[in-house]
Amino acid sequence: MSIHPVMQRLAEKLQRTDLPDFVPGDTVRVQVKIKEGEKERLQAFEGIVIAKKHGPQGSFTVRKMSFGQGVERIFPLNSRVVDKVEKVRSARVRRAKLFYLRGLRGKAARLKEVERT
Amino acid sequence: MAVTGILGKKIGMTQVFDEKGEVHPITVLQAGPCVITQLKTLAKDGYEAAQIGLVEFVKSSKVNKPMSGHFGKSNVPPVKLMREVAVEAAAAPAKTDGAEGEAPAASGNGLKAGDRILVDIFSDDKYVDVIGTSKGRGFAGVVRRHHFGGGPKAHGHMFQVQGSIGASSFPSRVFPGQRMPGHFGVDQVTVRNLRIRGIDLEENLLMVEGAVPGPRDGYVLISKAKAPPRERRGFAGATTVDPLKASKKASAAKKK
Repeated sequence: MSIHPVMQRLAEKLQRTDLPDFVPGDTVRVQVKIKEGEKERLQAFEGIVIAKKHGPQGSFTVRKMSFGQGVERIFPLNSRVVDKVEKVRSARVRRAKLFYLRGLRGKAARLKEVERT
Repeated sequence: MAVTGILGKKIGMTQVFDEKGEVHPITVLQAGPCVITQLKTLAKDGYEAAQIGLVEFVKSSKVNKPMSGHFGKSNVPPVKLMREVAVEAAAAPAKTDGAEGEAPAASGNGLKAGDRILVDIFSDDKYVDVIGTSKGRGFAGVVRRHHFGGGPKAHGHMFQVQGSIGASSFPSRVFPGQRMPGHFGVDQVTVRNLRIRGIDLEENLLMVEGAVPGPRDGYVLISKAKAPPRERRGFAGATTVDPLKASKKASAAKKK
């Protein structure tokens, strides 16, 4: 079913626009807002974007290796928790979802780097 | 504005993030624009109310003569559907357009037939009630219609059936009101105290938290909450204090 035109316009209004363009395969550093009691601070989560969902409720999945353990976080695009997203580097990938990286580790889990703006 | 309700249309559902970063499911309603087609007065009708109509394109050939006469009386274009809503006591005696000499309504609340009603009637409110018509399910069985448990799912059983509907020798009849299969859906359903999550005056949109009965593009009547939740702790952030609890606390402290 196609989206209602009113919903389309509303979604565009609610969509946040300050995030840079990034695609699966990119390595990004996500500044995550963390609340500790009253204070709020930023924590970076750096890893490879292995999936991105589009639309009004879009999200993206970032995977990183933390002390030999694979860690994935899913961030809604419109979430207030995401303060900033910085693109670190890009890689050449041939599919939209890089879930095959979950089965690989070390040298095998590398991606070929490519210059992209 | 002293009208307590507005007609609208269910557009769809989505989600929004609030200032705390929490996500809320919302239903988007297109509320209005509406127009007052008739004012009921205490003197003439025995009660105060406003008949409002949803402004939407209606083919002139679809309007019959009695209705066109009704619309002509208050000089409004034909409307899609009409409902009666309550009128609040005169809050602001403003809005008396002196252009018309006759002033069709003499009531003191500043309303007159032909006035437009927009979503901004809810700008001071936190909660609304929504009345809609639920989705039709056709002839539905008892499991779907009355949430019966159903039978065992294996060993050759029928599992969507109801079982016994009464004893045989006594009372030897089925009690009235026994829940059985039948038509389900297309009923008027009221959902109370939906929190307003946003108002868009440009597109006449009202965003409420939670679900609203009916299909997309189904018509709904949105009105100010009849019995909104009591103002208590957490009602409008953590800083609000429940007066009842505060007084109890104070009296408890006094005793000690």
